[in-house]
Amino acid sequence: MTLELRNVTKRVGVDMHIHDTSLTLASSGFNILLGATNAGKTTLIKMMAGLERPTSGEIWFNGQNVTGISPQKRNISLVHQFFVNYPSMSVYDNIASPLRVARVGRKEIERRVGEAAELLRLTPYLKRRPAELSGGQQQRTALARAIVKDSGLVLLDEPLANLDYKLREELRDQLPGLFAGRGAIVVYATSEPSEALMLGGHTATVMAGMVTQFGETGTIYRAPQDVATAQVFSDPPINLTKAIKRGGEIDLGTTRLKASGPIATRPDGPYTLGIRPHFVTSAAQSPDAAPISGVVQVTELTGAESIAHFEMGGSIWVAQSPGVHAYAIGEHHEFWVDPAGCIFFDAQGALVAA
Amino acid sequence: MATKTHNERAWWFVLPVVLLVAFNALVPLMTVVNYSVQESFSQGVWFWSGVDWFEDTLNSSRFQAALGRQLMFTGVILAIEIPLGIAIALTMPKSGPWVPVCLVLMALPLLIPWNVVGAMWNIFALPDIGLLGYTVNALGIDYDYTQQPISAWITVIAMDVWHWTSLVVLLAYAGLASIPDAYYQAAKIDGAGRWAVFRHIELPKMNRVLTIAILLRFMDSFMIYTEPFVLTGGGPGNSTTFLSIDLVKKALGEFDLGPAAAMSLIYFLITLLVSWLFYTLMTRQEEG
Repeated sequence: MTLELRNVTKRVGVDMHIHDTSLTLASSGFNILLGATNAGKTTLIKMMAGLERPTSGEIWFNGQNVTGISPQKRNISLVHQFFVNYPSMSVYDNIASPLRVARVGRKEIERRVGEAAELLRLTPYLKRRPAELSGGQQQRTALARAIVKDSGLVLLDEPLANLDYKLREELRDQLPGLFAGRGAIVVYATSEPSEALMLGGHTATVMAGMVTQFGETGTIYRAPQDVATAQVFSDPPINLTKAIKRGGEIDLGTTRLKASGPIATRPDGPYTLGIRPHFVTSAAQSPDAAPISGVVQVTELTGAESIAHFEMGGSIWVAQSPGVHAYAIGEHHEFWVDPAGCIFFDAQGALVAA
Repeated sequence: MATKTHNERAWWFVLPVVLLVAFNALVPLMTVVNYSVQESFSQGVWFWSGVDWFEDTLNSSRFQAALGRQLMFTGVILAIEIPLGIAIALTMPKSGPWVPVCLVLMALPLLIPWNVVGAMWNIFALPDIGLLGYTVNALGIDYDYTQQPISAWITVIAMDVWHWTSLVVLLAYAGLASIPDAYYQAAKIDGAGRWAVFRHIELPKMNRVLTIAILLRFMDSFMIYTEPFVLTGGGPGNSTTFLSIDLVKKALGEFDLGPAAAMSLIYFLITLLVSWLFYTLMTRQEEG
């Protein structure tokens, strides 16, 4: 199964919500739309669902043009960030509702609802109403409604965003298993890079209404094809700085790095350097690490890691070090940059070496 | 462990409210109770009469007839205003420049004082010079609310529907506006029809505001006085004499203070009881 967006755009009034976008999504693994709030993920999902019509371009599903076809004729499922269930129906009736509309037989409905409820651990709650469930159970009910339908396209629009931390982790671990082997194309929108990495599959990075790159999730994370993609796919934000390569050295202005790995064979000259925060640490991670220093502005502790935002040469850098470190705000602190984690872009922002 | 702070000064903060409630609720209510159990003569002579007035009131065919008319009136206007209000709210635009226009037009009748509404309809419906009355008669329908009980009823009900349906519309519209788009999208994807969307999304989501709308309209219509008093004065005959009009006739027209006090207490208890019943039934249904 494939879902194809062919030169799709969406304009509302004078605002361009989605710029010319072409994507081909397949049914193997998750297809993740990664981008900040308002980047255009929801608009893309609505167009895939048929809830909104693209201003130009076409949407093809399994070799058939479905651009103008209404959502109910497309056999799709959509799970929202908000927990959307019919308030006056029991959990059972909620899960059964898409099957009833599709005029599936009573025995068959019973079997499929039972299966979906078992899978999402909702069996004890089938007689309750949505308002009598916890947030996690409400969202599992919405997921069960999406699963029971056996639709060809499952759209998940930040389904875990409104759940608390524990439930989010639990449900996220469960998600890939729920859809595996069903042959459906699963599209999953999220604003968290870590979620994209955990779910794997393919990722499309979305920024300001544009898909900057689409491909296998790990590849995009390791070798983003431009600066925008690297920015979307980094949390905490990636450090960006100007650098000049001279022979075997990279000059950052404030420090020098050894040019090792793929960059060693590239021509000398100016580059934009992207360094993920976990390659800027309090202690040197490799013998090639180079020291830099700046004034600490903000610190955060996650428990396993310490994050420090520091000012150096007029820009803010982020360092992410393993373990707990005490940084004094307003004081100079030394950090080490590991050249192994450097991503090089040319003056236009296109990837040169990673 | 929490320690309770005890401070006698707190009473001073409660006192103004207690005094206010005493003056505008308790004292008048107790005066009425006082009248309802005694026979009063001039020069401050009082006789204890126990529950006689209550028995008399409940047994009087005049009270029963007024109560019957009152229940009939409230039942009819609820049956018209609630569905009509929901229907109008559903047809109103959800967004765009017409929303404030619709809301203001809807709110207009609510801003007109009750006696003015009565006076307006009084003239509007006059069969010889009123725009409505004249037109209806010109169409060949024999209509005269000053002479025919049926015409009087239709006019009183039309007036109430005109005046108060807006309240139901505004409440229902507020309930509809609070439904996230996501619900409609989910229904669209399921392929649910217009009726299913109304029955399973809009109606349950409006449940709370509709409870309030029904309660308000019940209480208001059950105690209605000014509008029919100005329009028909309770006539022709007694045909539009509702409970409050009858009460005022008894208390101020005939100066039967004892029976009037007993009647107003019964009236008060009925309103309280029915409101409580409505509320309990509707909130229980919501939970179940």
